[in-house]
Amino acid sequence: MTFSLKLNGETHEVDAEPGTPLLWVIRDELKMTGTKFGCGVASCGACTVHLDGEPVRSCQTYIDDVEGVEITTIEAMSDTKIGAAVQQAWVELDVVQCGYCQSGQIMSAVGLLSENPKPSADDIDSYMAGNACRCATYQRIRAGIQRAAEILEA
Amino acid sequence: MTVSTSRRGFLKGAAATGAVLLVGVTPKGALAAGDSAMLNPFVKIGADGSVTAIVKHFEKGQGPATGLSTLIAEEIGLRMDQIGYEFAPSNPEVYNNLLFGPFQGTGGSTAMANSFMQYRQAGAAAREMLLQAAAESWGADAGTLTLEDGVISGSGNSAPLGDFVAAASELTPPAEPRLKDPSEFRLIGNPDVRRLDSKIKTDGTANFAMDVYLPNQMIAMIKRPEQRGALATGFDDSEAKTVKGFIRAAVLPNQAGVVAYAENTWAAMQARDFLIVDWDTSAAEARSSDEIEAEIRAALDAEPTYNVNKTDMAATQAAIDSADKMVEQTFYFPLLAHAPMEPLNCTIEPLADGGIILHDGAQMPTGPHMALSQILDLPMEKIQVNTMLAGGSFGRRATPDADYQVEAGLAFAMTDRTRPVKLVWSREDDLRSGYYRPAFGHKVRVGLSADGDIVGWEHRIAGQSIMKGTAFESFAVKDGVDHSSVEGAADTPYQIPGAHFGLTDAEKATSTLWWRAVGHTHTAYVMEVMMDMAASAAGIDPVDFRLKYLAGDGSDQTRMAGVLKLAAEKAGWGNAPTGRSQGIAVHKSFGSFVAEVVEVSGNPEEGIRIENVTCAVDCGIAVNPDIIAAQMEGGIGYGIGHTMRDRITLTNGAVDQFNFPDYEPLRIGDIANIDVHIVPSAEAPTGVGEPGTPPSAPALANAIAALSDMRVSTLPMNENGVAWA
Ligand code: FES
Ligand code: FES
Repeated sequence: MTFSLKLNGETHEVDAEPGTPLLWVIRDELKMTGTKFGCGVASCGACTVHLDGEPVRSCQTYIDDVEGVEITTIEAMSDTKIGAAVQQAWVELDVVQCGYCQSGQIMSAVGLLSENPKPSADDIDSYMAGNACRCATYQRIRAGIQRAAEILEA
Repeated sequence: MTVSTSRRGFLKGAAATGAVLLVGVTPKGALAAGDSAMLNPFVKIGADGSVTAIVKHFEKGQGPATGLSTLIAEEIGLRMDQIGYEFAPSNPEVYNNLLFGPFQGTGGSTAMANSFMQYRQAGAAAREMLLQAAAESWGADAGTLTLEDGVISGSGNSAPLGDFVAAASELTPPAEPRLKDPSEFRLIGNPDVRRLDSKIKTDGTANFAMDVYLPNQMIAMIKRPEQRGALATGFDDSEAKTVKGFIRAAVLPNQAGVVAYAENTWAAMQARDFLIVDWDTSAAEARSSDEIEAEIRAALDAEPTYNVNKTDMAATQAAIDSADKMVEQTFYFPLLAHAPMEPLNCTIEPLADGGIILHDGAQMPTGPHMALSQILDLPMEKIQVNTMLAGGSFGRRATPDADYQVEAGLAFAMTDRTRPVKLVWSREDDLRSGYYRPAFGHKVRVGLSADGDIVGWEHRIAGQSIMKGTAFESFAVKDGVDHSSVEGAADTPYQIPGAHFGLTDAEKATSTLWWRAVGHTHTAYVMEVMMDMAASAAGIDPVDFRLKYLAGDGSDQTRMAGVLKLAAEKAGWGNAPTGRSQGIAVHKSFGSFVAEVVEVSGNPEEGIRIENVTCAVDCGIAVNPDIIAAQMEGGIGYGIGHTMRDRITLTNGAVDQFNFPDYEPLRIGDIANIDVHIVPSAEAPTGVGEPGTPPSAPALANAIAALSDMRVSTLPMNENGVAWA
């Protein structure tokens, strides 16, 4: 079946079976590999993308439900003000280790800063609770979000 | 990140862009340079002056790509933005881990330790050759020239190093290039040096093996048995056939499972789940983890099989039996999964000449290289290994039997070998069919004199050996003792009078594998909880008590005491805020010394919160202080997360856990803060990837004991009386 997807400002026609998780459409069909597979059951956050600006787990979002919705992935984050600030903070603080979870971390961090420009440590801990990092870079994720808030305020 | 992996191809490819300076070693280990077909470089300098470090260790997050590049940049005289890196091809003769013999691999926290002099020498040789070439061109004395920030200056001249690449490539490298004195270091030890891979890992462009998408590739997923070791004898794929994109299914030649081939990942996942497989369970594992635990606990009550240090057990027992006081505890550690964030996967790409490329986050490229050569009946030189970034490993990507690469090889061998085959594991595959940190039990009795001195320490260990039955047995097992079962206990730097260590092997119900910090994951817990219990029975402060056994002037004792005191000082030991308590632990592993103080609040019934972790590390020369701090943070998180609430259990031979909800990772709110302090040192650099992990769990246990008198001796803690806030 053909679906029409609006992704990072472009429209893509993709051929996929109904019920296919958006994650696999993005990766296998569009070959955009920044969005990662970690668990497939919405418990790690590696696959986080934005739908109309809201972070969602793309492994549990189905292609049937996203027609007409603006989908944004990590590849387009540097074009947004908040995304660029988060990326800058991440590089300044060397947040990453293996890096595999970090696309998802950044997508969630941008979601948090969009609704809460000055999050406290507790705000961060509760908003980011669904994004697992097996390398345990959490200390720097917390600092990175606060640094991005500073950059945005300046 | 394109590394052409045949030696000849590599050199030709490089030469095609103009004169290049390559500095590396010959298979005999001598420094060499130029365009020799025998040369495999550590540093490559293009005609345009671009410098590339050829990194022989894979990057799973611990930072060797940045670390080894730093060594080259330091010795040549470059800024960090003037160097790039590529991963080395598979060639165990040249890119071997100097601590592993003729074997290329990353592990045991050895990347920096074994490369420190080698990569510095390569960089220093390149520097001397460039200076020599400039000197000849300017009619100057090379000794008067300098190379800083990529620019050669002196004798009234100044030019970028790229101007001398062609001339330098004609020179013979110095046999013993002069290395910088540590006082001249600008990059080594500089806390402002950033990781080279941060940008690509924040904008979605970093390529992991999971991101390999080759034209016309198939996805292969394997249906594995519930009961470990069951054999596939046949299958029904009628329902799988209803999945669009499903190609076919086939029983693996070793009957370990059934492969579902499909056009894309989602189709492979669905088809795999729909397969109905006939299993022969006659030789399969049927035990449950309770039985494994019972076997291990029973072994602790029997005479140990091995007397590890050949000491007098009867004398130790007599000293304890007649001691003024005795403390005793039995411990049990469950199976643990590694669960790296990127599920295991690799891709085999067929080449026109009949050879293949293995695209893999390869931790030990030599293993899969040899295994695929056998499975596919290809000579070694027809196989290239493209080492990709790895989304974590914690030991899982380095199996002695190259498990997942072998699966990919078998799956590829059953096709007509015209299409690339990408083998993909799901998280369920990872948790249920993997290799585990073995289950271990310890039983310790410590006798104390009336003055609170240890007079005897009887320590029994029982558990599943990692090395026995693998290719590593011959060098890792001595007199029956698998060193990885007792490391961190039997070789403790503590000078304990009357110590005896006994070991008994338990039967293996699963595949066992090194897991971040290996044996130290359980030995550190036992040593440091026992030290705490003994200190408390002696009525002596836990830091002072430990220092009594680190009083010798051996370097190990001095360094261990050094981190212990530093952690205590930085944590404000003994001055925890009201409502909080502290626990401390110190341990040596992989040549490095780490002490940690954990501060907790709350109580075990309603919930404990980890408020702070203070860490002090002595890992010799701190090549990149910020990466060291990151590794301590990560190692602490990894240790504490599993201690809090993770374990793998079996019921009738089948793993009970499926996905993260049953094997809950550490989350961001679990540890409120971590501070890391590095001891300045001029010693050779030692490991940092693992040593942060061992002290974290016992420091947490000791903090909980200080708060509540509860001594948790069976892990994970949440199954044994501790709730988390
Ligand atoms: S892959 Fe979607 S949450 Fe883990
Ligand atoms: S950086 Fe490795 S999982 Fe987060």
